[in-house]
Amino acid sequence: MSGREVLDSQPVSLVDLLDRVLATGVVVSGDLVLSIADVDLVYVSLRALLASVRAAAGPDPTSGGTPC
Amino acid sequence: MSDGQAFWLHGVTRQLRTEQLAGLTGTGGGPVEAVRVGDLVAVVARVDPDGYAEAALHRNLGDLHWLEEAATAHHRVVESVWRLGPVLPARLATVYRDGPALHAGVHDRRVALRTVLDQLTDRAEWGVKAYAVRSADEATEHSAGPVGGGAGAAYLRRRRAALAAGEAARQAAAEGAEAVHGALAGLAGAARRHRPQDRSLSGVAEPMVLNGAYLLPAERAAEFAELLRVLGARHPALRLELTGPWPPYSFAGLEDSETEDTEAGNAETGNAGIGNAGIEDESTGGGGTEDGGTGDGGGVEAAGVDGGRR
Repeated sequence: MSGREVLDSQPVSLVDLLDRVLATGVVVSGDLVLSIADVDLVYVSLRALLASVRAAAGPDPTSGGTPC
Repeated sequence: MSDGQAFWLHGVTRQLRTEQLAGLTGTGGGPVEAVRVGDLVAVVARVDPDGYAEAALHRNLGDLHWLEEAATAHHRVVESVWRLGPVLPARLATVYRDGPALHAGVHDRRVALRTVLDQLTDRAEWGVKAYAVRSADEATEHSAGPVGGGAGAAYLRRRRAALAAGEAARQAAAEGAEAVHGALAGLAGAARRHRPQDRSLSGVAEPMVLNGAYLLPAERAAEFAELLRVLGARHPALRLELTGPWPPYSFAGLEDSETEDTEAGNAETGNAGIGNAGIEDESTGGGGTEDGGTGDGGGVEAAGVDGGRR
């Protein structure tokens, strides 16, 4: 399978991308660097984004499962 | 716009000329430039300083379109550079206020940057996610449905059995994830576990129990895929998913992974309660606790490669 193809189009794989671009270590740091709170904010934003995308697309696959 | 002098760093590489990046736009929409700093090259795009000041950035991170465009543009540049040579991807939103700050930032860290670039040369990152598949037993228990009024004791028994089965399944999935990660890490040059994505992020009903990243030389990719196939057959309670090849994002801070403390960074971010009201966040904790600090899966490694069939 090609990760690249997936990345180009599907919003879901934005999550995989963010896991990576936000996880990068501290070798290079700029004048401005995201704090941990910023990173969490990104995930909160993303949840909202995905929720709205899925609501528009149809039934939400995440609501079907039983909570654990 | 024209006085945009702040620099968004996409990554650091060894050899690159701006012409090789012609036509490529960076985060913020500007052209990508190769800025030489000693024997290294910083790959940057100029951005409007006002839009990337701390307060503005914080606001932007809450803007979904901004976030997606920034991450996608960053990825496009990193991947393009990676096709030309080794790249050390910068973390999203690494911004320098001006040219001298950029030079100083790269120059001051040149030794570490060179070391990491060496480690990343001719390497690609592969992602493996494992989901716990709900067993047939568990599913039937759950769908057994309501029982007659007089069967309270039977109901409780069944309910208890279902809970126990669920717990056992979770336990088995967690152990399976450890074993899979251990085996893959044994083959890879370096490995790292990201926080498993909760369901609202993954969009998958089954819980994710492993979100791993593995650094491999190109010639071992086929071997890695084969090992993954073997592991999938050995762990029917898990569904394994491969992504990649990726530029070596997860290993741009190799100092971290050398300590073997692969989860430390993510664990910290796990539950930092965000002040933002009104956004449901119940599942963050669930994802964050999956990786309950077990060490690497030690002795599993090489055994996985040739011990395929039992």
